Amino acid sequence: MGRYIIRRILEAIPSLLGVTLISFILLHIVPGNPVRLLLGNHWTPYRARILARNLGLNKPLYMQYLIWLWKALHGNFQYSYVYDQPVTSLILQALPHTLELVVLAVMLAHLTAVLIGTVQAYYANSVFDQVVTVILYFFYAMPTFWLGILVIELFAIHLGWFPAGGITNPDNPNPNFWSYVYHLVLPVLTLMITSMAGWARYMRSSMRETLVQDYIRTARSKGAGEFRVLFVHALRNSVLPLITLFGLSLPALFGGALVVEEIFNYPGMGLLYWDAANARDYPVLLAIIVFLGVVTILGNLIADLLYALVDPRISYN
Amino acid sequence: MQNPIVAEIEAAPAEDFSYQGRIWRRFWRSPLTIAGVAGLLFLVLFSFVGPLIYRVNPLTINLLHILQPPDAQFPLGTDDLGRNELARLMVGGQASLIVGFASAFVSMVFGTLYGMVAGLAGGWVDTVMMRVVDIILSIPALFILLFLDAVFKPNVALMVVILASTAWLGVARLVRAEVLTIKTRTYVEAARALGASQARIMRYYLFPNYLGTVLVAGTFSVADSILAIATLSFLGLGLPPPAPNWGSDLATAMNYMYQNAWWIIYPPGLAILLAELSINFVGDGLRQAFDTRLS
Repeated sequence: MGRYIIRRILEAIPSLLGVTLISFILLHIVPGNPVRLLLGNHWTPYRARILARNLGLNKPLYMQYLIWLWKALHGNFQYSYVYDQPVTSLILQALPHTLELVVLAVMLAHLTAVLIGTVQAYYANSVFDQVVTVILYFFYAMPTFWLGILVIELFAIHLGWFPAGGITNPDNPNPNFWSYVYHLVLPVLTLMITSMAGWARYMRSSMRETLVQDYIRTARSKGAGEFRVLFVHALRNSVLPLITLFGLSLPALFGGALVVEEIFNYPGMGLLYWDAANARDYPVLLAIIVFLGVVTILGNLIADLLYALVDPRISYN
Repeated sequence: MQNPIVAEIEAAPAEDFSYQGRIWRRFWRSPLTIAGVAGLLFLVLFSFVGPLIYRVNPLTINLLHILQPPDAQFPLGTDDLGRNELARLMVGGQASLIVGFASAFVSMVFGTLYGMVAGLAGGWVDTVMMRVVDIILSIPALFILLFLDAVFKPNVALMVVILASTAWLGVARLVRAEVLTIKTRTYVEAARALGASQARIMRYYLFPNYLGTVLVAGTFSVADSILAIATLSFLGLGLPPPAPNWGSDLATAMNYMYQNAWWIIYPPGLAILLAELSINFVGDGLRQAFDTRLS
């Protein structure tokens, strides 16, 4: 087991380096010159040369990459072109908001998906199952931004239960914890519904495969109640595929978070990225892409290790 | 005098037992597939034939009729500049559908070639090629698309390429996996023993065998591309204005939610939802028809 973990971690290192290299290439093949953009009307050949030298843009590409990588490994992602702040501090301001959003949405989505999928599998092919399947299909096909709009329509405008955006009430100088929670409800709900639909479908089919196994019949014949059979005996084995699925769905989750942050004006990484893309703030863009790529690779690594940990049938060789 | 049994057999309608015939029948078996094809057909007619019948310019600004609810003159009302929403909905579908299908096609072609080369080459070439795919896949696609869109300010053709730049990855993975299993089959070995070239093996021995998988994956990627361009347009990018688009119409609608302008909030969203559902149903139908294990 220990050797397996070490081998998997070592295997991830080329991927991590690859993410930095590919994002770096991506950001430098595009037309348009950040120096020209930064100087705007103040552009003169002399100023352009000075600024290019200050930003390190006069060095050959591979040197720029190596310098960037070396600094990044020390936690220094250079300065934003636009905000005149270290990129690291910009990201550290935005990161907690995105993490709250994504972590809460993932946990709630898993919980509901497991419950819905389990009950659906138990009553497979009944009217209930078919109705839920159709509803889930709609949620699955629904664009995140339209779902967000509908959620705001219903809960913020018609019912007036929750605020339509922001992280706290701007009129309140000292927002307390519950104010944050209150503003988090609708964004989390939106992101949760979009991820939940697909997972519930997986859970249903996984649970159906489990329910015909011999050990389920054994459990029943030993007199275990249906609730116990379903949620103690069957559940443990059926949730295993969701672990892998979670790792695989991370990139889509971050994409969903970007859209949700934009709709609810929620100042996370997605909104920061969107602003930076419009302003061509290369250091910020590069740092966010690399950061998300690294999180995804690590997420997949953790999912794989967890899977090996919880499923004793997996061999580590 | 002809044998009556022979005559009866000859008179019976010829059932198609060919491979294509079986696939064709399996495709139409599910009612959801029929619904999907119908929905897609409706959208195509609505977007491409609709503007020929309902001849209203979607770009005409009419400041006397701003945010007007549906009536006889404006069947779906008007937006914040008094533009006819029904006409915008029709024309807005054109770009979405063209870009969606075209980028799925480009990603299918490129992904197939890439996956086939990696699968056939094997060894370290395969390892490096697939590592590159894995790495690009670990960066959220929307972030790549958003960046390219913001930087290039694309027209329709460039938009197709941009969307395909992330869509081909999944196809390449699938094709490579298929090639790895198919290339060990005896008929491929026999062809190789008879002196068939790599190109000939790719074209006549491998390609027909995973065409089904590629088609299914391609169909789902049409849905992904349509969703992606709608999302980008909603985020204020996508194709440059003033061309109407379902996504950008929704972004406009968001500003008028408190005025309860339901006629510009629901129709564009429903159009995207219909496109997504229809294409997913067709994809499911193809999956059953080709009996692929793809999910």
